[in-house]
Order: sequence, then C-alpha cells, then structure tokens
Amino acid sequence: MQANHEKIILSVKNLSKTYANGFSALKNVNLEITEGEIVALLGPNGAGKTTLISIICGILNLSSGSVEVAGHDIVKDYKFTRSKIGIVPQELTVHEFETVWDTVKFGRGLYGKKPDNQYLEELLKSLSLWDKKDKKVMTLSGGMKRRVLITKALSHKPMILFLDEPTAGVDVELRKDMWEIVKKLRSNGVTIILTTHYIEEAEEIADRIGIMTNGELKLIEKKTTLMQKLGKKKLIIELKKPLKTIPAGLRKHNLEKSEDSMQLVYHYDTHKENKGVSAFFDDLKKLKIQYKDFSTKQSSLEEIFVQLIQEKA
Amino acid sequence: MNFQAIRAIYIFEMARTARTLMQSIASPVISTSLYFVVFGSAIGSRIQEVNGVGYGSFIVPGLIMLSLLTESIGNASFGIYLPKYTGTIYEILAAPVSMLEIVIGFVGAAATKSLILGLLMLATASLFVPIHIAHPFLMVLFLLLTCISFSLFGFLIGIWADSFEKLQIMPMLVITPLVFLGGSFYSIDMLPEFWRTVSLLNPVLYLVSGFRYSFYEIADVSVLTSLLTVSVFLAGCAFVLAYIAKTGYKLKD
Ligand SMILES: Nc1ncnc2c1ncn2[C@@H]1O[C@H](COP(=O)(O)OP(=O)(O)OP(=O)(O)O)[C@@H](O)[C@H]1O
Ligand SMILES: [Mg+2]
Repeated sequence: MQANHEKIILSVKNLSKTYANGFSALKNVNLEITEGEIVALLGPNGAGKTTLISIICGILNLSSGSVEVAGHDIVKDYKFTRSKIGIVPQELTVHEFETVWDTVKFGRGLYGKKPDNQYLEELLKSLSLWDKKDKKVMTLSGGMKRRVLITKALSHKPMILFLDEPTAGVDVELRKDMWEIVKKLRSNGVTIILTTHYIEEAEEIADRIGIMTNGELKLIEKKTTLMQKLGKKKLIIELKKPLKTIPAGLRKHNLEKSEDSMQLVYHYDTHKENKGVSAFFDDLKKLKIQYKDFSTKQSSLEEIFVQLIQEKA
Repeated sequence: MNFQAIRAIYIFEMARTARTLMQSIASPVISTSLYFVVFGSAIGSRIQEVNGVGYGSFIVPGLIMLSLLTESIGNASFGIYLPKYTGTIYEILAAPVSMLEIVIGFVGAAATKSLILGLLMLATASLFVPIHIAHPFLMVLFLLLTCISFSLFGFLIGIWADSFEKLQIMPMLVITPLVFLGGSFYSIDMLPEFWRTVSLLNPVLYLVSGFRYSFYEIADVSVLTSLLTVSVFLAGCAFVLAYIAKTGYKLKD
C-alpha cells in the first residue's frame, strides 16, 4: 500500500536557529525522514519542536544549516517545497470573521490550486464540518476550529503533513477522528510529522519517535526500540540489614545495590513475559534476606528523558 | 507566478471590504459631502475664486486626494497587520507564494478599494459643485498611481507596525498634516514667501497639484514634476519591499 521505497522525503542538516533576541532555540539538528513514515516528536515545553517545524514550513528563517524536501532546498526552491507541505499550527490561529467555506477555499487558493469544490466538500464531510460550512469560524468551538485548520492543511493534498500538538485540548471523539484521518493519509503515502506531549499517542500512531530537549534532537528511534526502554520497571526492596555485596545466589537477577547498601533495586521489563519477579522473591527467601518493605516504580517519560539525555551526554 | 494565490488573496481582501462597507466606503463619502456643504456651499460662496475656479470646485481634487491617501494607507496597512496580529499570517508564509504575489494581492485589493472610493467621491462632489475635467486620461493616471503607491506605502506600515498604536500613528501624525498643508484647500500662491518654499518640500503638494491640473489646468508646480514625484515615491516603496522580501524583516524571525 505504502509508496515507500525508502525514499528520503525530508532531510535536515546541521540546522540551528537563533532568535532575534539571541536565544538559541535549535542546536545543530540532524534528521532524515522517509516517505510514508509517521514520526512523533516529543519533548518538554520550549524544547524547540515548533521552531523546527516552522523553519521547515517557511514560517521562520533558519540561522544555519539546510533543509531539503524531496531533494529540493527549502530556501532556494521554496515554491516547490512549500507546495508539498501542509501544516496544522499549534495555536488556534483562524480567520474568525470568515465562514468555514471561505477560509478553506482561501487556504487551497494560496497553494496555487484551482478551486475544487467537490474535493473540499468531501474533506469537510470527513471532518464532520460540512453542516458548519456557512458558519463564521468565530462561532465554532475550539475543537471545531482545530478541525478547520486540519481541513485547510489538507486542502491542497500535501505530501508531508505537520501536526503541531494536534490533540491539545481536543475531546476523545476528535482524537479518534484525527487518528482515523492520519491512518488514511498514511495509507495514501502521506508522510506525517507530529508533536505531542502524550507518550501513549506517539505509541499508538508513530513509526519513529524523536525526543527533543533544549533545542537538540536527543534521539530518534523506532518506536519498538524506544518502547522497550519505556517499558522498564523497578522493584525496590528495603532491607532490614545492609548487604555489603550482592550474594552469589542473586547474581543471575538484574540487580543494583543502593550506596548505603540498604536497598536492592531489581530491573525488569513489563513488555516481556516475566517470571523473574517470583523467582527473585523465592531466591530472597532461600538466602533468608529480610526486608522491611518493597515498592515498584515504572520509568516515567520524565525519567526516560533524563536517562536518555545522560546517556547521550 | 502563482495566479491562484494572488486571486485568493485579492478576493479574500475584497470580501473583507464588502463586510465593512459602512466604514470603508460610506463614511468617507459622507464626510466629503459634509465638507462640500460647509466649504463648498456655505463658506465657499463667500470665498473668492482661486485662479478663476470657484472655491467649492477648487477643493474637489484636494479633498479626493486627502481621502485617497488616508484610505489607501489605512486599508493596506490594516490588511496585512490583521493576519500578523491574529497569527493567520502563518498560512501565507507557509504557502508557495512570493512577496511579489502577496503584495499584488493585498495592495491590489487596497488600491481597488481606494479607486472605487475616489470615483464615488467624485460623483458625490459633482452633486454639489460644478466640475470640469480637462484631461480625463491624466486624471485617471494620477488616481491610479496614487492608489497604488499609497496602498504600497500602507502595506509597508502594516509590516513595520507591531502594535495598533504604531498602525495609527503614521497616518495621523504624518499623512494628515502633509495633506492639509499640501495645498488641498488653497493654492500656495496664497502663502507668504517663506511658507511657499517650505510647502515645496511636501511631496503631497506635487500630487494634489498634478491632480488638480488634470481638472482645471491650474497647478502650483509642473505636471511632469508631479508625475515624477509620484513615480519616485512608488519606486522607493518598491525598493523597501524588495528588501523585506529578501530578509523577511518583521514578517519572519
Ligand atoms: N519569537 C521568539 N523569540 C525568542 N524566543 C523564542 C521565540 N519563539 C520561541 N522562542 C523560544 O524558543 C524555545 C523553543 O520554543 P518552541 O515553541 O519551539 O518550543 P516547543 O518545543 O514547541 O514547546 P511547546 O511544547 O511548549 O510547544 C522556547 O524557549 C521559546 O521561549
Ligand atoms: Mg510547540
């Protein structure tokens, strides 16, 4: 189904951005995306996700480095590259005083496409906006406005779609609709790059996940690889008496000892079928190691961020 | 050339005008009518003729220019400032359109609006005072050049402005005084020597003078000088715009 011959559709090389006030929002970002892929960018507020997207789309100037879309430079060949891209911005920036129909038509026209009322009708219907087409945008709810922005972004049939936090402030229904649309687009070979703060969302939809912090792309990996890291859990055993060393009988388990020797930390993977936990408790009993208490902790997104950043540094 | 985009922007802007028809067309027409009632009929009948033209008729070209300038600047600056302010400009920046295409769309719409306004005012004026147009072709040329160059100037102001105050201040602080002192209501012959010389530094004077010449063949400065002045102004605006197109100044960080 996918028109995916491992063709690189987007290539970002040594991209840096310094804002007019001197703030360095992107630092030497490198990124390659193949046609038909869905990539989710995660990262805390202010990481530079929107900045990166805005540069690729032509909304911001780059400071150094280069970006190519389907082999064309976004500065030299901007007419070509921009015609291939659709963007749904993070903020709800809409033409409040226009009707839904007019603003969508305007969007299409900007891309140099002849009016195609039938296509726009289909599009509006697929986003449940058809009955609102003659309403002024300002009379719509926030979620509906988001749909209008999506319709606009799709009005010229882009090859690459950027969705900047498409599900912020969006109800369950629209979220479901959105993922339906994303899946449909991908089956048509559209490449999708989205940002989100929800790891589950990335998990559900993306092929690869990129993590940004402080203007750097810390890593970009296949979802499956990353999920294994995310799936790790810790079991913490509070000991009654300190243990100088980990006894030989426990060495086969993936264990760590705290500095004060009062804790044993057992790492395991929730994604894998795991008999290790009970075996570990059995071994503790056998060796008569006494404990006061135990607790489990799932690595949070936050921790993963920290961990990944430290690994890379 | 992305003609569809130019068309889209033009239609969009004209639709915005149509929605605010009262402010954009009706109010200048009404205020002009008031000018004629007061200056043309009431006071004008007590003022002597200027260079053989009745005072009411004499002020028609200047009054039209006054409105054209303020309206062109106002419309065009607001037209581009609004999307900047609301953020919808992202859509235009992300679209495959060149600065030239953006300008043709926005400035074209603003200039069209001013042109309609100018013609409406002329029609309104003719209801109050006798009007004679000696050189219709030249008159239209002045009308067009003025609408285009000042819409372009307004567009630049709209790009430069980053607050509503700045948007208002240029037309209020600079343009209105220039127009009032630009011989809209008098011939500079009526001024003392010193102020006559100062007036010659005012570019609007050349505009009003040339435009008035196309009506009554009376002028403070030669028509060619007038045409040249407008052309230079137009070229200057175009030059600044080319710079903005290259650097993205104030449009893109
Ligand atoms: N116009 C600007 N001038 C100066 N600094 C800016 C400008 N726009 C953004 N920044 C800064 O650049 C950094 C990156 O911002 P950006 O919007 O790209 O982050 P983000 O990853 O999209 O965050 P969020 O998750 O909150 O949307 C932030 O620290 C922000 O304060
Ligand atoms: Mg953002």
